[in-house]
Amino acid sequence: MQSQVNMNTDDSTGGANIRPQNPENGSNKHPAGLVSKLTRNSEAFQELGLLIFIIVLSAIFQIRNPNFLSIANIKDLLANTAILSILAVGMMMVIITRGIDLSIGSTMALSGMVTSLTVSAHPEISPLLSLAQGMAIGLAAGLVIGVLVAYFKILPIIATLGLMNILRGMTYLISKGKWVSAYQMSAGFKNLSTGTTLGISNLILFAVIIYILYAYFINQTKTGRHIYAVGSSPDTAELIGIKRKRIVLLVYALMGLLAGLAGVLWVSKFASAQGDTAMGYELNVIAATVLGGVSVSGGRGRVSGILLGSILFGILANALPLINISPFWQQFIQGLVILAAIISNVLLQRRNDKLALKKRVI
Amino acid sequence: MEKTAIDTNKPRGLHQYQWEIFLVVLFLAVNVVNSFLSPYYLTLDTFVSTPMNFLDKAFLVLPMTMIIILGNIDVSVGSIVALSSVLMAVSYNAGLPMPLAMVLALLISTTCGFINGFLQIKFKELSATIITLSTMTVFRGIAYVILEDRSAGKFPSWFSFLAWGYIGKIPFILIVFVLAAIVFAVILHTTRFGRMIYAVGSNRTACEYSGIHTGRVILGVSMLAGLMAGFTSLFLTSRMGSTRPNVALNYELDAIAMTVLGGISTNGGKGRITGPLISIFLIGFLNYGLGLRNVSAQVILIILGTLLILSVLVQNFTDRQSAPSSKKISAPTHRSDAGDGSDIHEHSAQGG
Repeated sequence: MQSQVNMNTDDSTGGANIRPQNPENGSNKHPAGLVSKLTRNSEAFQELGLLIFIIVLSAIFQIRNPNFLSIANIKDLLANTAILSILAVGMMMVIITRGIDLSIGSTMALSGMVTSLTVSAHPEISPLLSLAQGMAIGLAAGLVIGVLVAYFKILPIIATLGLMNILRGMTYLISKGKWVSAYQMSAGFKNLSTGTTLGISNLILFAVIIYILYAYFINQTKTGRHIYAVGSSPDTAELIGIKRKRIVLLVYALMGLLAGLAGVLWVSKFASAQGDTAMGYELNVIAATVLGGVSVSGGRGRVSGILLGSILFGILANALPLINISPFWQQFIQGLVILAAIISNVLLQRRNDKLALKKRVI
Repeated sequence: MEKTAIDTNKPRGLHQYQWEIFLVVLFLAVNVVNSFLSPYYLTLDTFVSTPMNFLDKAFLVLPMTMIIILGNIDVSVGSIVALSSVLMAVSYNAGLPMPLAMVLALLISTTCGFINGFLQIKFKELSATIITLSTMTVFRGIAYVILEDRSAGKFPSWFSFLAWGYIGKIPFILIVFVLAAIVFAVILHTTRFGRMIYAVGSNRTACEYSGIHTGRVILGVSMLAGLMAGFTSLFLTSRMGSTRPNVALNYELDAIAMTVLGGISTNGGKGRITGPLISIFLIGFLNYGLGLRNVSAQVILIILGTLLILSVLVQNFTDRQSAPSSKKISAPTHRSDAGDGSDIHEHSAQGG
């Protein structure tokens, strides 16, 4: 379904485009405008498709349930999507370098558990300190994975699968199988996620800050661009002097850092830390990321894409209960969405490559 | 060069089995520790009947060995087990005779494997990891859609024979597993198809240029993985007597860990099935011993995760030591854990 939406937008925009985009191809009337625009901006088209899909989906949900587009529900939806979108930032970097991280659900659980246990023992601790603590735990986990993947050449899936279980086991061990419940947490700690600043939910503010920082980092800084370089061609990247291993390490460390942060936010939001906190959440994050057009073959992906992907995924998760679809459908739909997203990414990429090739021949 | 490489590699005898020897030593160590833990441990009975506790998932290790030799990873097998188990139970409860329901389970699981393989060859740009990650979610999702949070069971009493029955003194599941292991060993090490798996695993592009239908190899292996997941679902369901959508959670981790611990390199193209066969029993008896000590399931998770990472670490280390410069081609003579035939394919790929 996704691919169709994308294709349609490509065609319509291309067809309407009469003005030659590229001076040297201007004489060639038929495909040149379309081609140069497509090859230069295919990701923008993909995101346009995603946006149209979001609008259509919202319209359908709105018809089924008039409460869907109410201000309260939209605020709710954005707050619920915030954690997902924060994690998508990290996952985007990991996937751009051709990796994958299955351990983040466990990292979140461990960081959430440790911070909430600390808070329950010392209620006077500042919430910001809790955030720092969670991020430190996440960073440590991410560094371990990064070292294993970058320096010991363990496949990302193996390393993170192993860590997923180790961290989950550690969470159970530390908590001794018990939960940390709402009454054991200080008000300040719970306020991290549930509170508002200037009328906007803290969660949304966290996400906005991270996205601004991240957009600058990945698009404007040298290191950010190196991540793309390592992803599109690891060997070439190394040949031109990029420290590939360091970039890979950095990517997993940042992913861990964000997962640690997200763990604290998660526990503070639900006011409960359990052994099975965020179990399987990594799949939601991967789904949102690939849905946002981040290519699993590496090197491609944009900040605006993962933002749209997260929102679309958030809508799906938020709306299904509203329109009376059983929660048991959620995993199935989620899987189909990942599958559709990765396949449509491939089809779109093939189409672009073909068009680019045609342009050369002419 | 090619000749000498092969010749010197062949007669190294025991040396090339050093990983397996290491595993056997570990296995013995585990058993020595276990026998200290429980005075009733060291009986023939323990050794024959303990495997009943873990052999159901061992069926997944056989095709996982092939998949990892192909250079791929399959994380969907646990979900396939759940889906076919759920469908078997539901169709039996809907009135299908049990033998037919069992056949249905095998058919479903093989179809799931086919879907995995088909997606892999249709979309070569995508790694097997991401494809099986999404089908993993889809398959288990279907199981949840069908059964929601209920469980299904009430199987005929003879069905429990699969997991609990004995033929003579030997558990039925052990006999089936040994037969399956022999079949897989023969396929992997003596048939054309088996050699192709190694060839595709060491250099897929070269294989395509030399006329091997790499797609068929991948599809075949994926379907075998599906079929074995079906076997696992039969034995698992029989052992538990009922099924739920969340059965066989994390079985893929167990299967991958056992395979990798068995000395199959995740770089693809090498390894023997003997290693994973030993490591199945190693991990199985280790779990059993930890159970004797009342070690919680969570600690076992940690141990399994650590084992997985450690075994890949050790392998990568020995790989790098044996092939210092241009990876695989330069020094095949020193490779200790090399699959005996993979060299041939690599060399022909390079030469031709």
